Amino acid sequence: MIELVLVLVTPFATALLLALFGHRRGAAEINSAGSLLTLLAAALLTIRVINDGPMVLYDEQFFVDPLNVFLIALTALVGFTTSLFSRPYMRVEHDHDRLSVNRLRLYHSMFQMFMCTMLVALSTNNLGILWVAMEMATLTTVLLVALYRTPASLEAAWKYFILCGVGIAQALFGTILIYFAAERILGHESGALLWTHLDAVKSQLEPTVLSLAFVFLFVGYGTKTGLVPLHNWLPDAHAEGPTPVSAVLSGLLLNVALYAIIRCKVLVDGALGTHFAGNLMIAFGLLTVVVPAFYLARQKDVKRLFGYSSIEHMGLITFAFGMGGPVASFAGLLHMTVHSLTKSAIFFAVGHAAQMAGTQIIDDIKGLIKQSPTIGWGLMLGSLAILGMPPFGVFTSEFMILTTAIKHYPWATPILLMALGVAFAAMFQKVQSMVFGEPTVRPLAHNPALLPVFVHLGLVLMLGLWIPPYLADWYRQAAKLIG
Amino acid sequence: MSAVNASLIHAIPLSSQVINLCAAIMLLLGFAMLAQRRVLTLINLFMLQGLVLFISTLIVALTTSQSHLLWSAGLTLLLKVIALPLILHRLIRRLSVKWDIETLLNIPTIMLIGIALVVIAFNVAQPISQLSGTITRATIGIALACVLLAFLMMITRSKAVPQVIAFLAMENGLFFAATSATYGMPMVVELGIALDVMVGMVILGVFFFQIRQQFDSLDIRHMERNKEQ
Repeated sequence: MIELVLVLVTPFATALLLALFGHRRGAAEINSAGSLLTLLAAALLTIRVINDGPMVLYDEQFFVDPLNVFLIALTALVGFTTSLFSRPYMRVEHDHDRLSVNRLRLYHSMFQMFMCTMLVALSTNNLGILWVAMEMATLTTVLLVALYRTPASLEAAWKYFILCGVGIAQALFGTILIYFAAERILGHESGALLWTHLDAVKSQLEPTVLSLAFVFLFVGYGTKTGLVPLHNWLPDAHAEGPTPVSAVLSGLLLNVALYAIIRCKVLVDGALGTHFAGNLMIAFGLLTVVVPAFYLARQKDVKRLFGYSSIEHMGLITFAFGMGGPVASFAGLLHMTVHSLTKSAIFFAVGHAAQMAGTQIIDDIKGLIKQSPTIGWGLMLGSLAILGMPPFGVFTSEFMILTTAIKHYPWATPILLMALGVAFAAMFQKVQSMVFGEPTVRPLAHNPALLPVFVHLGLVLMLGLWIPPYLADWYRQAAKLIG
Repeated sequence: MSAVNASLIHAIPLSSQVINLCAAIMLLLGFAMLAQRRVLTLINLFMLQGLVLFISTLIVALTTSQSHLLWSAGLTLLLKVIALPLILHRLIRRLSVKWDIETLLNIPTIMLIGIALVVIAFNVAQPISQLSGTITRATIGIALACVLLAFLMMITRSKAVPQVIAFLAMENGLFFAATSATYGMPMVVELGIALDVMVGMVILGVFFFQIRQQFDSLDIRHMERNKEQ
């Protein structure tokens, strides 16, 4: 299984290479090349899984199944497109003297390291290693958020570190509890933290311990997912870091944290046989949809605006997985995919827009479409997609989530609809004012890389109209696994 | 552990008693850190907590002949008793905050909240302790209490260095929980956690200088610029 090794080793090797030579010319190109290789390796891995089915590898320490294979592919894809976007973006930042050559070296190296930790977290079979990789992902992104070294960015990074550090410590306690419950059945040595082993014996695990463990794990990884009331770090980290980092934070890291919760939910559901984990997820999911919807209207910073929008969508996905069942889980997985693609596309457009305007304040960005039609349309279409307009994929998944909610949790439907409506009104008005009107923005010194924006939006459009059969098949299998 | 009555004491082996003593000292140190205002003393208390952790892990390792616990005991000694306190000492010297005294409001209230947390921790840990077959099972509640006390310390502190010490103390509590509930996590996981702690510490060390450069102080309250509009 050389493919998985390549997926994990390529970003790590690229990170080392960039740490050593990232100050020379061509660092951005190496970054893109490394990401492209990772994407190719992920594609090979995906083909292998299509042909051979799920597999457990290397002393059972790694495994690939329908639930994580599409996330691995998605992570590699968005990583690659982000690296394409970051090349001109970072060049402009460098020209404006916001970043020195050494900072750029740190950025490129940490970007690859971050990709590596996420791919490890997604492919590992060991719940302990999953925790370690998540913590590593936090540490690398703390460095990335603080890249500009401005007071605001340092504060954002500190808040991020403290909140996620505390959160993830709770997750470690949850992991210890799972190990404790598993050890009684699987014994001390035989890999009692390996997910596949745990999954095989989940019905024998002690229910009281598992429910307690899930509470800790949910709080821990939930902090990293940005669930209310532990979401405070997210808008700051999104607003103060460089935009490519906002794109991967929103598009990828939140997914990975959610993935960790889902994996744990499968075990807990098996042990308890009740809907305890689901109810917890429904409650916090709903709260996470409603609260940020009302914050959206008050945002003045465009990246904070979309940061809050990410929180809202994470709430929606958590709610979907909380409901469970084949349709809702399918919708949750689809929503993870389309949100990640759309939100990163929006951040690409927003990044260039903010550079053109020289500010991230919404009121000072006007007339994007006149100055640069592609950026303007990219932002407009991306926003329409994320707000759930047909025919984009977000509409499909939201529609499925809402219809399931009508069937099983009718009381939640008006709450969801109201929150989505409020979010629509708030965001559409703000985006409209940025896109249209008399231009206050100047053209960019370097050609922006807008191909990623339209590739992402094209994929989201495709997923709204037609889901490739094997992808639908994975979603279905993964949904069955999640329950 | 004073609730154990006299006739039972003879039934508990010496090693168990020593471990319980260590647990009690851990908890005491947790409270001491909560109320300590001097940065320098705080680091020493943290080192002491690491030492107690090392001793208890060592005793568990020797009495249960779990060889991998010896390794994690060694790791604790290296990391928490030697490396981290050294780094912290160096940091506060170079940041010249060695003699810093933090103004902590309402120490009695904080202590009372701390006591409430200990009660909660014992209640939460009760079902786990009953299921556990380890000789250290009585200490799971204390381990959780240590985690919660460090959590409280993190909330009540406004300076960067004490916050980080609270973070590390929380990790101590978690490690203690892992040893007392399950005789430690698998080695690969423990190594990973140690690596995370180490890397995190190095990053924060760099961070401190940046923060002070930007804010002229290590007081987090001086930040607060990213407030909600």
